Amino acid sequence: MASKQVRLTFDGDEVKRPLIYEMGHEFGIVTNIRMADVDKDTGWVVLEVIGETEEIVRCLDWVRSHGVRVDDATLGDVVEG
Amino acid sequence: MSFAYALACRECGREYGLEPIFSCDFCFGPLEVAYDYDLIKDAMTLDSIESGPPTIWRYAPLLPVDSQYKVDIGTGYTPLIRADRLAKAVGIDTLWIKNDTVNPTWSFKDRVVSMAIGKAREFNFEAMACASTGNLANSIAAHSAAAGMDCFVFIPDDLESGKVVGSGVYDPTLVTINGSYDDVNRVCTELSYQRPWAFVNINVRPYYAEGSKTLAFETAEQLGWRAPDRVVAPMASGSLFTKIWKGFQELEKIGLIQNPKTKMSGAQAQGCSPIATAYEAGSMNFVPQKPDTIARSLAIGNPADGYYALKTMEETGGGAAMASDAEILEAIQLLAETEGIFAETAGGVTIACLKKLVEQGAINKNEETVAYITGAGLKTIEAVSSEIRTPIHIQPKVEEFDAALEAYN
Repeated sequence: MASKQVRLTFDGDEVKRPLIYEMGHEFGIVTNIRMADVDKDTGWVVLEVIGETEEIVRCLDWVRSHGVRVDDATLGDVVEG
Repeated sequence: MSFAYALACRECGREYGLEPIFSCDFCFGPLEVAYDYDLIKDAMTLDSIESGPPTIWRYAPLLPVDSQYKVDIGTGYTPLIRADRLAKAVGIDTLWIKNDTVNPTWSFKDRVVSMAIGKAREFNFEAMACASTGNLANSIAAHSAAAGMDCFVFIPDDLESGKVVGSGVYDPTLVTINGSYDDVNRVCTELSYQRPWAFVNINVRPYYAEGSKTLAFETAEQLGWRAPDRVVAPMASGSLFTKIWKGFQELEKIGLIQNPKTKMSGAQAQGCSPIATAYEAGSMNFVPQKPDTIARSLAIGNPADGYYALKTMEETGGGAAMASDAEILEAIQLLAETEGIFAETAGGVTIACLKKLVEQGAINKNEETVAYITGAGLKTIEAVSSEIRTPIHIQPKVEEFDAALEAYN
């Protein structure tokens, strides 16, 4: 089993969709919300995703395909000026 | 000596040892260096500072690096210049320019890299590394050369030539990456987990970021130990912006200034403005952007300290503004023509946003304001080369000069 910490950033209609529920329902992974801040238009969730590595990758690709930005939870951009 | 005693999580407050780590195991929040201010109060006095070197190291007790590991190439104590002609042009009474273009590698990055390389030496890392759009690359290459350390620098393959040469001259392993901005981010993040290197803005980031506090320490000292009414500073990751405010707060904690009420205003380029956009929307949640701006040194689409920059604005009653590429170029010219300072594009962002904030009434004309110019214009001459007037070209005859001058004016 592998574990990955990601930050999901929601924008627009995706804020209203139960994506984290769907991640757990559609893929063989466990989700664990560690921090979050969501308002009516935007929001972010820091999420621990636990499962087989291939399934985590497949799941996060699926999340991206729904217009949600997926970043490493602990870093912003590592490229600097 | 350093009086740092722990790394503390900025979210949950949990403390960790002074190790090369950057996030909290519990909540994944970023870690920040914590200091024993009671001890610093005794060790750091006006006399001790004023008798110290004319560099950032005059504030050593408030920095995380022990003196035995420091790499000093003469960074800091840059001029704070009274900018009356620019003040008049933008419509305020009192304006100061903190001119950080005169650092050893011509940008404020020397301040932060000084911290990162000192800690990397203490932690016995084999090499320094970074991913950069230029200024950071220049600085880390220079500091590594001075320390005799290996250095790996990753840059996009379409960087301005001044910034490529400005790193290459120090002979680091320079890697240009053919890919999108996101590709560069992804490759460098993966490398940071695989290689035994000090990636300056990853595994030694908590220490690295502390260097920006020296901008506040110097400003307060140069103003006669007080904080200004207003700061206007550029925002990329948001780290510099938040650390300037932390610097003023620390000087108050050790009794060197009283009750700083500085309003912190941040400047971003319109083509990469996640923090300013969130501020204008009244939200503490920024939405990451794909950068598209001439201000490459501020092109951070997913700023690690974006949330904390927004918190700093809220806490201080400050704010944010953004400038278009055309406004950035105009502002570079304005700063050069009024004060004789040639800034890179980030400086254009700062001055354009200062002007905008005054015009909007967000900055009152009687607020004593400090604007931070963080990098030199020779690094980004491509951006402005089409803006300058074509030189007069003559044959070597005085009469040709007279005729041409009349036409020129």
